[in-house]
Amino acid sequence: MLLAAGAATATQETTFWVLAIVAGVAGLGMVLSPKAVHCAVLLAVAMLSLAVLYALAGAPFLAFVQVIVYTGAVLMLFLFVLMIVGVTSADALVETIRGQRVWAVLAAIGLLVLLLLVIGHAAIGPAAAPSSANFGTSNITGLAELIFTKYVWAFEVTSALLITAALGAMVLAHRERMSPKPTQKELSIRRIASSRPAPLPGPGTYARHNAADMPAMLPDGSNAELSVSTSMVPRADRPQVTAPRSESSAAAESGAEEDRW
Amino acid sequence: MVSPAHYIWLAVILFVIGAVGVLVRRNALVIFMCVELMLNAANLAFIGFSRLHGALDGQVIAFFVMVVAAAEVVVGLAIIMSIYRTRRSASVDDANLLKY
Repeated sequence: MLLAAGAATATQETTFWVLAIVAGVAGLGMVLSPKAVHCAVLLAVAMLSLAVLYALAGAPFLAFVQVIVYTGAVLMLFLFVLMIVGVTSADALVETIRGQRVWAVLAAIGLLVLLLLVIGHAAIGPAAAPSSANFGTSNITGLAELIFTKYVWAFEVTSALLITAALGAMVLAHRERMSPKPTQKELSIRRIASSRPAPLPGPGTYARHNAADMPAMLPDGSNAELSVSTSMVPRADRPQVTAPRSESSAAAESGAEEDRW
Repeated sequence: MVSPAHYIWLAVILFVIGAVGVLVRRNALVIFMCVELMLNAANLAFIGFSRLHGALDGQVIAFFVMVVAAAEVVVGLAIIMSIYRTRRSASVDDANLLKY
């Protein structure tokens, strides 16, 4: 019995240290990696290891909420917005404020020292014996009791907050339509008036394989460039021509820069 | 049994890492992610204190922090989206019209 308890303690300590290191390294990697997608994935790693730590600390309900709400909903929302805003947008390495990084790191070290001193001076004893089985099987019951009795007012206010947030997001993301929506009739007239009334050829037709980035082959053996979606074109020739593409994208960037002002 | 102090130490370290990210990074989305890391660190501290006191109040507060964080992310991402729509950039350096 005592041996089993000792083994359980050792397992818990090992789990804690492994996950603490994983979370810390993932957090550091998130701060240091220049690509936003890598940041999101590293944040997911940190959040998942924190979820296991919550379970270890006797909060199984919060561990699941962490996985479902944070890694499931919030982080996926981040990834969606990342896809819209542009996956390729790497962080600018230019400092707009002189010496900002140095001062930021100094301030962070100062904050770390301050917090460590404060907590080091506080007498944090061992975990109090839980008054009931609140940190184990009856965790959810205990939480529900607290939420619906002592914290019921905060809970109600939370619902107002959530509704406001949803409404705010809808208002912010809403875009007024500047021109009337073309009807089906107008669309068909436009299509007949254009030089190509028939649908565009699908990618890969009569070509060597039917990947989405493979242009269809015309009877004379040339490629039908129209068959490939324009968003696929930069990806199709990425292995061969990296330098001209970056140049052209840089040119597009500078063009956008001029447009912006 | 892992001592509650360990959780607090880890929370402090993660909070400081998130703070560095907020100060150093220039992409608005990454700054938001760093804020999320700071909120998670605060949650870890709450759960550690809840363990320390043997009461569930800390866990309830961590739960409410999660709700607030979710609401904050929804509104913040909508703001980033609308800024991106007008300025074609997610960098915080580009949103400087109020400067002059």
